[in-house]
Order: sequence, then structure tokens, then C-alpha cells
Amino acid sequence: MRREGSPWQGLGVVLLKEFADHLTSARMRVLEWLVVLVALAAIYAAITQVRDVTAQDPFLFLRLFTTSREPLPSFVAFLSFLVPLMAIGLGFDAVNSEHNRRTLSRILSQPIYRDALLFGKFLAGLATLTVSLLVLWLLLIGLGLIMLGVPPGGEEMGRAFIFLLVTIAYAGVWLALAMLFSILFRSAATAALVTLGLWLFLTVIWPALAPAIAQAFVPSDDEATLIIAGQMLARLSPSTLFGEIVLALLHPTTRTLGPVYLSQLQGAVMGAPLPLSQSVLVAWPQIVGLVAACILLFAVGYVAFQRQEVRA
Amino acid sequence: MAENVIEARGLTKRYGPATVVDHVSFNVAAGEIFGLLGPNGAGKTTTILMLLGLTESSEGTARVFGRDPMREPLAVKKLVGYMPELVGFYDHLTAADNLYYTARLIGIPAAERADRIAAALARVGLGAEAEKRVGAFSRGMRQRLGLAEIVMKNARVAILDEPTNGLDPQAAVELLDLIRSLKASGVSILLSSHLLDRVQSVCDRVALFNKGRIALIGTVAELGRQVLGGGFAVEVEADGGIDIARRLASLPGVRSVEEPAAGRWRLTCDRDLRAEAAAEVVAAGGRLTQLALDEPSLETIYTRYFQSMQQEAAHAA
Repeated sequence: MRREGSPWQGLGVVLLKEFADHLTSARMRVLEWLVVLVALAAIYAAITQVRDVTAQDPFLFLRLFTTSREPLPSFVAFLSFLVPLMAIGLGFDAVNSEHNRRTLSRILSQPIYRDALLFGKFLAGLATLTVSLLVLWLLLIGLGLIMLGVPPGGEEMGRAFIFLLVTIAYAGVWLALAMLFSILFRSAATAALVTLGLWLFLTVIWPALAPAIAQAFVPSDDEATLIIAGQMLARLSPSTLFGEIVLALLHPTTRTLGPVYLSQLQGAVMGAPLPLSQSVLVAWPQIVGLVAACILLFAVGYVAFQRQEVRA
Repeated sequence: MAENVIEARGLTKRYGPATVVDHVSFNVAAGEIFGLLGPNGAGKTTTILMLLGLTESSEGTARVFGRDPMREPLAVKKLVGYMPELVGFYDHLTAADNLYYTARLIGIPAAERADRIAAALARVGLGAEAEKRVGAFSRGMRQRLGLAEIVMKNARVAILDEPTNGLDPQAAVELLDLIRSLKASGVSILLSSHLLDRVQSVCDRVALFNKGRIALIGTVAELGRQVLGGGFAVEVEADGGIDIARRLASLPGVRSVEEPAAGRWRLTCDRDLRAEAAAEVVAAGGRLTQLALDEPSLETIYTRYFQSMQQEAAHAA
């Protein structure tokens, strides 16, 4: 049955309202502090380390992202922890709070479709995350400029920028997951716990479990087959995908994200960096996978929301 | 009769094997207050959601101003103001800001928003509370804010789901007054309730829901005739007097006399026999202290109807 009218009517209104809510909420204040503290800690750790070790590195600036100094993890490691937490924090009560406040049916009785409400909420969350990540990124680069005194090259900035985009997509995956559970569970606490549980599972347990599962279920004695199978399984986790993309983008010498065959090494100059376009190609399947996961999770939530009863 | 603003024809909603709303048909005429009454879980809210296009009907058609809420939900929702049961607002926003959000969703031009919101809040008596956060509002204030939203929307039909639910008697009376004033300004109103006597005072016509079906439909007086078998109930209270019950019973047109308490009699008669009853009491030497004609109350109609249904069911079994 065809329905009249645009599903986007009211999208901008919802987006602006939710964005304003996010920016003025107590959660956002916590996020802002986290952002600043993480940037400071990471930059301090990286710069002291970079000064000591790698004066000759042609990609000195990228070391800011990846260098760690005990006991602090690197900036990237910080992010891969912080981003899912931020996204889940913004998304876990997106829809069920409207149910519980009994505002949902009142809002949906205005001349808008459900599409606008859900999409507006998702985009507002993503916009909030983008703002936070952009600030964090700029802080890091600005502090790096001041404290290192070395200007970044064009290619370094390109890599850093693509890294920013990938991080936003990574945040989108967790935001979509959190919103999916906020649709499925009426209680915000349940939704938050389930999302956090799934995040821990996918980030900590799954990468360790994947090779074991491959060993147990893949009927092959060939070691390469087993490794590849294990890797494929591990890539079901967005955290694995993100880690691999980071590796390819921020370590320009990375030539492959899988096992290396001898034939691939023919004519290669060991330790020579790849150009940016080639690094992106190496991680392209992972990047597409991350974006696809985000869209898929949102689509599942979208269908669930469309079929849901409005009544409280 | 005026044109119908809402028409439901055989509306049905099934969830798996359970039929929640079973072939419900009714009309709401322009300018009237129509009440959907019945116990909780009788299918009133589901019927309302189908009229708004917020739930898909399994069968039957609904028309709001001649439009199908399933096919043209945006057009329908532009004309209809809906206040759900225990309506909620964003607690961290002020009353005015909550309405601003809705005003932008409705698409009210920016230049008109402030005026229309201020006017709507003043109309429901929340003018002074416009800049207060809704979190601090009482239930009654929230319900009134819900009505303000409908006023601001310039809706031609207001659908109110259990508007007086959870209100103290004072707030309920105020809300019903607001609903009447809404009707006076030309808005047709469909409201649902399980609180019969409160609603009786505002409704022009009612439909009694029972287990997803409309059991009875019409004005309260019509329902009274249908269920109570017509007749007038006259209550008489008197002091002293001899043999009053027998003398009242012998009046022409009196069908029966009950004596619910000493010195109080209840007559069921074919016509309004107040004058004759008064004369009879005085003639019997009693001092008449009270005389009243009972309008059939919805409560009575309702109870009587369900009693007779249960008896029928018992006979059938």
C-alpha cells in the first residue's frame, strides 16, 4: 500500500532538537571532559616517547596517534575503547525513553512518519559524536604542532583525516547497535547492559575465541587455511575491523592485513611505506565492512521500529 | 445531521488469534463530543490508534475528513489533535519549548509560533507556567498542556484518550470544562474513558465498548430507554405519612415502587409523575422533603447492560 507524503518531513526538526538535547545534556559534559583528558594524556605519552625514539621517522606526526608509553595506552587504543562507550552512552535510551516518558505516541501523532523520528535521532547522535571526535582530532594535531615543532606533511594529514572518517563510521556502528537495543528493550537499563555486554564480547572475547572456533570447526589441517578462517571470523567484530584499518592507515609500511605469502614479497622493498591510495586499498574491505555493519544494524532497528506498537 | 468528520466501518484489529477490536462502526458528526466508553482493555485505544494511522487495521475502513489514515497519514494527522492516555512531555524542556518542538513538527510558520503558543497556553490556564520545566508539572497541568498542544495545532478534531485518568476531582472538572470550551469553538471531539459518570456530563453521544465490540451506541437518554426499558425514575423522600408506598403504587402510570431506605421511595413510571407523587404524599399526611427525577445514569445503564449480558450467557450455558 502506497502512502502519501515524504518520509523525511520533520527530519530536520527532530535532528536539531535531539542534537540540542545531546549538546546540553550532562552526558555531553562528561564526554567533553573525557575528550580533553584523553587528548592530553595521549599527547603527553606520545610526545615524550617520540622525542626519545624516532627522530628519523618520515611519518613522525602519525606516531602521535599510535605511540604509547607505559603505563598509558596510545591514542588509538584510547579511542577504540572510548568511541564505543561514547556511542552507546548516546544511543542506549534513544527510543525506549520516548516510550517511558509517554512522548512517543504524541510525537508520532504529529504529521511526520516514524522514519523521520528514528533517522533524526540517529543523525543527531552521529553529529554529536562527530563534533566530539573532530574536537579531539584537532586538539591532538594542534598540541602536536606546538610540542613537536614539526609540521605534518600532506600525506600524513590525508591519512589522519581518513582515520577520522573511519573513526566516525566506527562510532556509527556502536550507535546503531545501541539504538537497535533501545528499540527492542523497553527498559533503558536492560538496553544499556545488553549493548555493553555485546561490546565487551565483540571487543575482548571474540578476537581470542575466533581462532579456536576455526580450529574446531574448519575441516582442514592446512595452517594457512586455519589462520585465514580464524581471521575471517574475527572480522565479524567491528573492533577487529577498526584495528586493522588503523594498522593500514597509520602504519604506512603495512602491506597486507592477512597472512603474507612469499609470492607477494617478490620485488617488494622491505620496510618501504606504501602511498596513501594503496594503504586505503589494503584496508578497503574493512572500511566497507564497517560502513555496511553500521547500515545493516540501523536497517534492522528501522524495521523493528516500524513494526512496533506505539502504545505504551 | 451535520457531515461526519470521523467514520469507522467494520474496523477490526487482530493480534494473532486474538481479536482486540471486532467490526467496530461509528460516526462522529461535526461539532459533537462522542465518547468511547468501556472497561480497560475493551479496545478503545486500539480503535483510536487505527483512526490515527498509528496502528494498521486488519479489516474495515476508517475515514477522517474523507481521508484514509493508512494511506494519507500526514494529511490526517495535520487535521487531528491527539492526546494519549497520561500524555508525556520532555521533562527537561519548558512548557513553551515543548510546544515549540511540536509547532515545528507541525510546520507552523516561524512568525506565528510565539503568538499561537502563548495564546494556547493562556487558553488552558498555563500562561504563567510557560517558562517552567514540565518536570515540575502536576498530572493535571500535563493534561492541560496536552490540550494546549491541540489548541495550538488548530486541530478540527481532537481525540482524547482517557483525558481525566489520574486526575483529582477538581482537576478533572477543570479539564472537562476545557473540553466543553473546545467544543464551543467548533472542534469535534472523540474521547475515551472508563469513568462513566464524569464523561456523561460532556458527551453528546456515546458508544459502549465491550470485549472489542460496540455494545450500545446513541445518546445517553436513548441508551437508557434501550437498556432500562424506558420509563422515568422518581425519587421521593418524606417524613411521616401513612401507607405511602401503597398509595404511590396505586397511582396510574406507576409500574413499581421500591423503598431503598426508610422514608425514601423510588418509583418507576411511564411518564414524569413528580406532581402526582407530591400530591399523594401530602394527601397521606406526609411532609415531602425531597422530590427528584432521575436521569438515567450511564453507570446504571452500563451495569444493567452487563448484568443482562451475563444472565443471557448463563442461560445459554
